[in-house]
Amino acid sequence: MNGKAQKNAGPHFGDGAFKWLTLIMALAVFALIALIGYELFRGSHLALQKFGWHFLVSSDWDPVNDVYGALPFIFGTVVSSAIALVIAVPISIATAVYLTELAPLQVRQPLIMFIELLAAVPSVILGLWGIFVMVPWLHIHLFPALRTTLGFLPLFQGPDYGFCMLSAGIIVAIMIIPIITSVSREILRSVPGLQREAAYALGATRWEVTRIAVLSYAKKGLFGAVILGLGRALGETMAVTMVIGNMPQIVKSLFAPGYTLASVIANEFNEATGDLYPSALFELGLVLLGVTVIVNIFAQLLLKTFAGPSVKPQH
Amino acid sequence: MKKIILSVLGGAALLAAQANAATINVTGAGSTFDYPAFTKWFEAYKKVDPGVEINYQSIGSGGGIKNLTSQTVDFGASDAPMKDEAMAAAPGKILHIPIVAGGVAVIYNLPDSPKLNLDGDTLANIYLGNITKWNDPKIAALNPGVSLPDLAIVPVHRADGSGTSFIFTDYLSSVNPAWADSVGKGSSVKWPAGIGLAAKGSEGVAGQVKQVSGGIGYAELAYADQNKIPFANMKNSSGNFISPAPDSVSAALATAKIPDDFRFSMVNAPGDKAYPISGASWVLVYQHPKNAERGQKLVAFLKWAVTDGQKLSSQLDYAPLPDEVQQRELKLLETIK
Repeated sequence: MNGKAQKNAGPHFGDGAFKWLTLIMALAVFALIALIGYELFRGSHLALQKFGWHFLVSSDWDPVNDVYGALPFIFGTVVSSAIALVIAVPISIATAVYLTELAPLQVRQPLIMFIELLAAVPSVILGLWGIFVMVPWLHIHLFPALRTTLGFLPLFQGPDYGFCMLSAGIIVAIMIIPIITSVSREILRSVPGLQREAAYALGATRWEVTRIAVLSYAKKGLFGAVILGLGRALGETMAVTMVIGNMPQIVKSLFAPGYTLASVIANEFNEATGDLYPSALFELGLVLLGVTVIVNIFAQLLLKTFAGPSVKPQH
Repeated sequence: MKKIILSVLGGAALLAAQANAATINVTGAGSTFDYPAFTKWFEAYKKVDPGVEINYQSIGSGGGIKNLTSQTVDFGASDAPMKDEAMAAAPGKILHIPIVAGGVAVIYNLPDSPKLNLDGDTLANIYLGNITKWNDPKIAALNPGVSLPDLAIVPVHRADGSGTSFIFTDYLSSVNPAWADSVGKGSSVKWPAGIGLAAKGSEGVAGQVKQVSGGIGYAELAYADQNKIPFANMKNSSGNFISPAPDSVSAALATAKIPDDFRFSMVNAPGDKAYPISGASWVLVYQHPKNAERGQKLVAFLKWAVTDGQKLSSQLDYAPLPDEVQQRELKLLETIK
């Protein structure tokens, strides 16, 4: 808002009020995160005092002897989210490209509806489906196939019960596909038609148009869509805990069970007695917040390096 | 006409006033294990004493103890007795009232679902990862005539903190010194690394056991019973193989050594018919309640619950408290003032 508008306070009062209102709302989000961080910090101060930084690198989680460490949970959270992204990103972006660039109109609307329907499935339902349908199927069909084709990698070796890191990654992928697809679709739609026409005019094929004029132009926005999906993946709790096997361990094999930060908090908080135990669980929450922030910062840096300053999704 | 309306209104007002004056709200919080019993009791107790309304939040034993200590509820409920330090931290003396008892069934998934016999030492070694195959000589020795497959055993435990885990690990600790040393007992413990799986809730454990061939797990008796999952007979301290049932849990309760403060463990209790993996759940109350009126109502309810209420809870696969225990509890309840 500039000085001129300030002088004519009468008719522009609405503008000023609007500006302040939106500012307050934006600050409220910031305040909320700060408050959550503060509360987690306060709740975890006993554990912080007792274990210090050691908490982050220790693999011990022993409520009987009151010794706690977060490393296996951090590992599980990061790995399951990474698997989810590896699966979900290509599917989501390809779907979004198909929907905006290629799909005939009569296909478009039903497909969009289905994707949005997928987003509406509650995670506990997805988890139940995971236990009774997905896990047995993976165990009988996909995992043996992976073992025969990619079994030379340590990632696909060792015993397999179906409940494992890979199953968790797959179920999280299913949960974040709708959000990444929807946001990507909006972003691709906002790519100006001129951009495409210019590429066509240069004699580009449809694939080249999509690659150069659309995807490259929308890179930053698509990256944002992926980050949104990642945020959801890191915090996903119910469905993950139902299929991951819940063992706090760090193992190379994706067929081995794991455990995530969000899951252990949800599982153990109810019956956590004493002082140090709940405090350690609070600290896991703090760690989860920290992991989310760090991953986001890392993603932003990655974006700056790869997307470069020249590409801006603006007119 | 006017008269009728007035009298109706007056009557309604009178009724409302009466209800307001008479209804006393008593609140409690804690164990999820007790929740089905409480729900059934509250419903039935309305007929016994319409003047009291009891609310219970099943937020978990930990939360129950916390709320009782901060005096935000009139009673707590816990699946494990409170530790001395926790009791010392409370603003008054807390009494333990055993309210329900239950058995934990050992469930499994084997081809053709044979009926199995197991003992505590074998079970501990399975969960410690020392016994890894179903055709292990130790299991075979307990099950003559049963053809056991050459199949990996996948032990499943509860991922969430739970009273069921407490009873189970309490039992393993009492029968296997290696377990007691390396793992111990608790509603959450550090399970031996790299062995088996864990699931949330009894339904999760049962689900994983059902899905994984060779799986073994543990769940409240009621759960295993209603879901038709095969469960093992457990060898008790007299050497008999006992099937988990309300009767065999009651038998364990009758022979368990119960001290005067009622903080006891009833796993591996003596007696021919006692089922070894059994445990109690407690209501926790202050001996001198902050609010005398609510305290009185609560005591009256508890007296009813540990006697008449037991008939109702046994319909839900809880084991009824034996007469002798009931009498001792009534005496303890007398001391609340």
